[in-house]
Amino acid sequence: MTLHQAIFTAIFAVSALSFLFSCYQRLQLVSIGAPENRFDNPAGRLLGMFSYAFAQKRVLARAYGFNHFLLFWAFMLLLVANGEFLLEGLIPGFRLAAFLPAALGHGLELLFDIVSVVALGCVLVALARRLFFPPEYLGNDYTRPASGEALLILAMIAALMSAFFLLNAANIALGLDGSWRPVSSAIAALLKGLPSSALEGVAGVSWWLHALVLLLFMNFLPRSKHMHILTAIPNCYFKNLAQPNTQPRETFEKGERYGVSSVEQYSWKDLFDSLTCTECGRCQDLCPAHNTGKPLNPRKIVHDIKVNLLKNGPALKDGGTGILPLIGDAREGTVCEEAIWSCTTCGACTSVCPVLIEQMPKIVKLRRHLVQEKAQFPEELLNLFENMEQRSNPWGIAPSERTKWSGQLGDRTFKPGESEYLFFVGCAGAFDSRNKHVSVALATILDAAGVSWGMLGKEELCCGDSLRRLGNEFVFDKMARENVALFKEKKITKVVTQCPHCFNTLKNDYRQYGLEIEVLHHSQLIEQLVESNQLKLTKQSRQGNIIFHDSCYLGRHNDTYKAPRAVLKAATGQSPSEFERNQENGFCCGAGGGRMWMEEQSGTRINLERVKEAMKQPLPDTLCVSCPYCMTMMEDGLKDLGVADVVRVKDIAEVMAEAIA
Amino acid sequence: MLVISCIKQVPDTTQVKIDPVTNTLIRDGIPFIINPYDSHALEESLRLKDRYNVRTVALSMGPPNTVATLRKACALGVDEAILLSDRCFGGADTLATSKVLSAAIERLDKQEKVGIVFCGKQTIDGDTAQVGPGIASRLGFSQLTLVDRIESIDFLRKTIKVRRKLEGRHEIVEAPLPVMITVVRELNRPRYPIVPMRIESQDMEIKVWDNSVLKLDAETVGLKGSPTWVSKIFSPERDQGEIIGNGINDPIGTASLLIDKLLSKDLLTI
Repeated sequence: MTLHQAIFTAIFAVSALSFLFSCYQRLQLVSIGAPENRFDNPAGRLLGMFSYAFAQKRVLARAYGFNHFLLFWAFMLLLVANGEFLLEGLIPGFRLAAFLPAALGHGLELLFDIVSVVALGCVLVALARRLFFPPEYLGNDYTRPASGEALLILAMIAALMSAFFLLNAANIALGLDGSWRPVSSAIAALLKGLPSSALEGVAGVSWWLHALVLLLFMNFLPRSKHMHILTAIPNCYFKNLAQPNTQPRETFEKGERYGVSSVEQYSWKDLFDSLTCTECGRCQDLCPAHNTGKPLNPRKIVHDIKVNLLKNGPALKDGGTGILPLIGDAREGTVCEEAIWSCTTCGACTSVCPVLIEQMPKIVKLRRHLVQEKAQFPEELLNLFENMEQRSNPWGIAPSERTKWSGQLGDRTFKPGESEYLFFVGCAGAFDSRNKHVSVALATILDAAGVSWGMLGKEELCCGDSLRRLGNEFVFDKMARENVALFKEKKITKVVTQCPHCFNTLKNDYRQYGLEIEVLHHSQLIEQLVESNQLKLTKQSRQGNIIFHDSCYLGRHNDTYKAPRAVLKAATGQSPSEFERNQENGFCCGAGGGRMWMEEQSGTRINLERVKEAMKQPLPDTLCVSCPYCMTMMEDGLKDLGVADVVRVKDIAEVMAEAIA
Repeated sequence: MLVISCIKQVPDTTQVKIDPVTNTLIRDGIPFIINPYDSHALEESLRLKDRYNVRTVALSMGPPNTVATLRKACALGVDEAILLSDRCFGGADTLATSKVLSAAIERLDKQEKVGIVFCGKQTIDGDTAQVGPGIASRLGFSQLTLVDRIESIDFLRKTIKVRRKLEGRHEIVEAPLPVMITVVRELNRPRYPIVPMRIESQDMEIKVWDNSVLKLDAETVGLKGSPTWVSKIFSPERDQGEIIGNGINDPIGTASLLIDKLLSKDLLTI
């Protein structure tokens, strides 16, 4: 064994052990999390892993993502080259090419050489981006785009590539390597004049530089935000296969804990998420709360969970208690309560994260603790909670008033076995004076199309959406069980709603309670009725210029983007114009997640931000919505902006009703 | 020291309608709630418990289904809940009600000295505001009504200082314990029950004291002991409204019409 080989073997052994130990430590911390089954449906999971991790589906959704895509694949290929390099250090003279047919061996050399240039180029682009033109979302109050860690990682990769080229170039100049490495050969040409002893020196220094930086890099990974290099691929495999907003049920028995107040109460996957975040900032960029100056930043929530885990995890793992509170002030590793209550649960963070981190459900878990174990929440919610529990609607209006809006329609009670659809009116549709018009419009459309439908009337209960998003799972659970029992008793199989929150709750949340029925949002049913020609349009609905605002719970949470647009096009003869932020990138109205019932004290108003976005040329005459909350928020926003008499807000059903009148 | 809150289960009056034919309350399907003023009385007893570690008891007279309301009090944190229920207590007016409640408080006082009895200032169904004062007179307790703030309690001198909310002014008064206090809404913000306590309260025993326990003369309680008789309940007639002016098409004209109307009826003075 040569001295060189002996020294390297020793360093390698220490590095490898230290790397494995770091990984083991991190995984041990993850293992203190609560159990959660993310092992079902391996085929579906592999498919997800392929498209999100290997095909980088979401990374590529933004232009700069292409640079990452190249770097990712360069890394995958260079893993083989680096494996060869390490083995050669341990077993002098080891060549991968020796085991391969000559053509393939040469091909590999060519590939590694080119891929290394690509990687070096990508790193330089990344460095330049961070240093000279960082996008706003890369930085925030706790991290800067040009942070030491990010720059160090990029510098390490650049050093690796440079050393790789110098080593190969020196070897080529010494005649030890073939000419299948075009870039290295070009550099070799520059070194030609040097004496062979100098070339051997260059090769030796480059080799050690490459070896040491590689081992250092490997050891740095698990201790930095670049842990994602190791965890992103499994994180995509363990993704949530259900709808992102559907929180798990809780069991209500003596001795149970509710929600999360200490980091080990998160599931192992929540903790794994926190180690996977690279802090790319895309969630922060889309978050309506962050964009309007609230103290919430989904990226920081995930970061705080990680910091808290690293700080408290070792003690918690040994059965002790943590010293850093998870909920409290805004210090690093602790989430402040105002941030927790600022979330609209719009799902922008979860649907943009390139590595499928679930930020929003982590916030709801914190709410569950605050509401159910501490009764600590913004005081406006006390009324809401009591109204929901006592009168099954957010305003506390007498349930007997539920049918008032439908007085002129006659008796439209749902008759089991006769009525095809249950029209689940929803609290807003039944009580809110503006949204009652939408209920009437939908009833008119259903009648015009000859659909057989009925309502539950005074028996209808609130679906409980706001309660679940606000973390009041105990009362939600009671309401869900009552609703499911009522649906089963009435033998309901098809439901249409005019509210995306009712729609989503009935369709997705109630599945956990054994209710598997067809639930349609009115945009979907109207689209079907128009397509099948069952609904005959008699004239064009005149709305002037129209712009369509996506509801988060219809769009992002249920992937329904086409139906409302198709309805508007059928009714008015023109496709609605779009907000700059639309569909998957849509911007919440500010009322989801129970925010409808809370004051908006910090920063600017979310709905105002949204209506300002609508007031671009050509100015809209009608702002179309598909949700009662959006209706209220957009109308209020337009009033605040002083343009309520210029721009009207209409639900898609109202627009359609004018095409059949 | 024992702190008692007297709470009443009442129909949710926002949902109560009066039958136009019989002029009686339609109670079918109307949910019961804790009298809103009493929830502030209950809350204040719990705050004293949190602060001074006193024992708290929630007391209610009513039919057997009142257990539901007392269970809510348990979920909020009272140490003990007692239901005073007997057929012969039924149909009571304020005089008879205060008699039964007083008897129960006296009974509790024998086990542990009662320091404070909290009542809501009135109930939303009877609206008399007489039961609290009735208890104070019967038991010879100090009587502090319409309290919106507890200034201080001196356990050594056995006195309490409170602020009373009167029309257009406040009054700060001091009184010796034991005391009966009726509370207004401004006193506090009732807490929301936490889930572990809700589940705990499911198994808490709610004692029921009937007349075999209180041993009152059946002629002096319930309907028989009530000098008040309800002769008629009716909805007051309301004049038909009218729409004046031309609405949003002429807001200024409509506003002046409205002002003239209000002036002519002496509802507005310049």
